[in-house]
Amino acid sequence: MAYSEKVVDHYNNPRNVGSFMKDTPGVGTGLVGAPECGDVMKLQIKVNLQTGVIEDAKFKTFGCGSAIASSSLATEWLKGKTVDEAGKIKNTDIVNELKLPPVKIHCSVLAEDAIKAALADYKTKWIKEGAAAASST
Amino acid sequence: MALKFPIFMDAQSTTPCDPRVVDAMLPYFVEKFGHPASRNHPFGWEAEGAVDAARAKIARLINARDPKEVVFTSGGTEAINLALKGVAEMYREKGNHIVTTAIEQRAGLDTCKRLERLGFEVTYVPVQPNGLVDVDDVKKALTDKTILISVMFANNEIGAIQDIAAIGKLAKEKGIIFHTDATQATGKIPVDVEKMGIDLFSCTAHLIYGPKGVGALYVRRKAPRVRLAPMIDGGGHERGMRSGTLPVPLVVGFGRAAEICEEVMPEESARLGKLRDRLQDAILGSVDEAFLNGDPERRLPHNLNISFAYVEGESVLMGLNKETALSSGSACTSSTLEPSYVIAALGASAELAHSSIRFSLHRFNTEEEVEWVAKRTIEVVRRLRDMSPLYELAKEGVDIKSIQWKAE
Ligand SMILES: Cc1ncc(COP(=O)(O)O)c(C=O)c1O
Ligand code: FES
Repeated sequence: MAYSEKVVDHYNNPRNVGSFMKDTPGVGTGLVGAPECGDVMKLQIKVNLQTGVIEDAKFKTFGCGSAIASSSLATEWLKGKTVDEAGKIKNTDIVNELKLPPVKIHCSVLAEDAIKAALADYKTKWIKEGAAAASST
Repeated sequence: MALKFPIFMDAQSTTPCDPRVVDAMLPYFVEKFGHPASRNHPFGWEAEGAVDAARAKIARLINARDPKEVVFTSGGTEAINLALKGVAEMYREKGNHIVTTAIEQRAGLDTCKRLERLGFEVTYVPVQPNGLVDVDDVKKALTDKTILISVMFANNEIGAIQDIAAIGKLAKEKGIIFHTDATQATGKIPVDVEKMGIDLFSCTAHLIYGPKGVGALYVRRKAPRVRLAPMIDGGGHERGMRSGTLPVPLVVGFGRAAEICEEVMPEESARLGKLRDRLQDAILGSVDEAFLNGDPERRLPHNLNISFAYVEGESVLMGLNKETALSSGSACTSSTLEPSYVIAALGASAELAHSSIRFSLHRFNTEEEVEWVAKRTIEVVRRLRDMSPLYELAKEGVDIKSIQWKAE
């Protein structure tokens, strides 16, 4: 099976590989998948607590090339989106953009799960403080 | 010498034809096209002579007493199917139990699965962490209903070489027919159906620098005389065990390939063993948490199988596949999404089974190629580890098993 050009590009030049400190204000972390299934994604967002806009995103992925490409693409898409907009990213958007074949759809599902997990983590950790910070200024 | 890309190091999936094999085959397409079963004219005699000569060369390579014991098939898969199904059908009245191993190639495993659906009982003997079957486990699995023992000679993923002589001896003592899938061993290491007590022996041409589409099943004719129910009915060729016009050019190529293997085996296996060791030392010497799969001693000289912890196999291949052809037991390379059942059978964690890479060398690989592949593999694994959340966790001292993963 040949990979699409976009998958190859993300694999060769992954965007936004790395990590934020988990307790940095505004950082939400999602860790999804399982080593025994052959895929684990860590996806992090850094949200501006004033504006609710995702200013930066980073990932690390254990998985096939399509999984790496899916998470790399996700970090690109997340940057500049509000938290609400980010919640609307669907795995099918990733499938279409990367032209993933049917056997690779679960890699994109994992990326959507990672986005959701990072958003949820952000909300539980910072949404109150975020609101407090906004009102105190 | 300048390197030529892509480099092929996946020689346990198939091998290139040796040019000498192709030379031997060519006359049998246009000039010498006769049917080997045409008994009444020179075209037929010529073809029959060529087939007989090829049969004799294969018999010699495996030390069969009589070339008639070699039955040509379309390849290893068909030979294995014929051995297992042929025995099952022929000896059904004697018993319905088959003993095999957990790491047979799919041709063996899936045939056994079908026989189970037809009412046979199959015991899949496990292997030890080094990939070797304990002969005692085979012995314990036998019952008075056992009609067949089928144990592969050498494994296609990890190269582990089983103690075939000991299993052959056991089979003789118990009067049970013994089949071995020797697809990976034939032509690479010494095999001897007489000394090793083998009754049925499967092999294929495309793994010994011969053409694709032809293989053979050795069927013992004396002590004991093994009988098989045919899978393909028709004109009664191949002593009635495999009907169908023989593909004479392929058979001739197979014979020539066997002849060359016999000639070069001592020198070739030593050379490939040295190259393999270099590859292994280079990689294991510079990548931490890389684990050799299979027994370090009892394995094919051209095989190397390594699990690189924290990186997934298919992603390693993707980093190399423009220049180097390797293979991975990783799930994601197949459509099944199961990791390698062979690596899993060694008792390795599923994560390591997802991380295995097989390097397999062949006759035409060079030292320069080995050095290049070692260097590039190391680079790619390092790059992927920098991207791996598991490697990061491990470096932080987190035990990955302590995390509650939500497996789907
Ligand atoms: C161990 C083993 N058995 C059987 C086969 C099947 O042989 P063939 O491809 O000739 O059908 C292979 C093929 O690679 C193999 O490695
Ligand atoms: S991570 Fe398994 S197929 Fe993509």
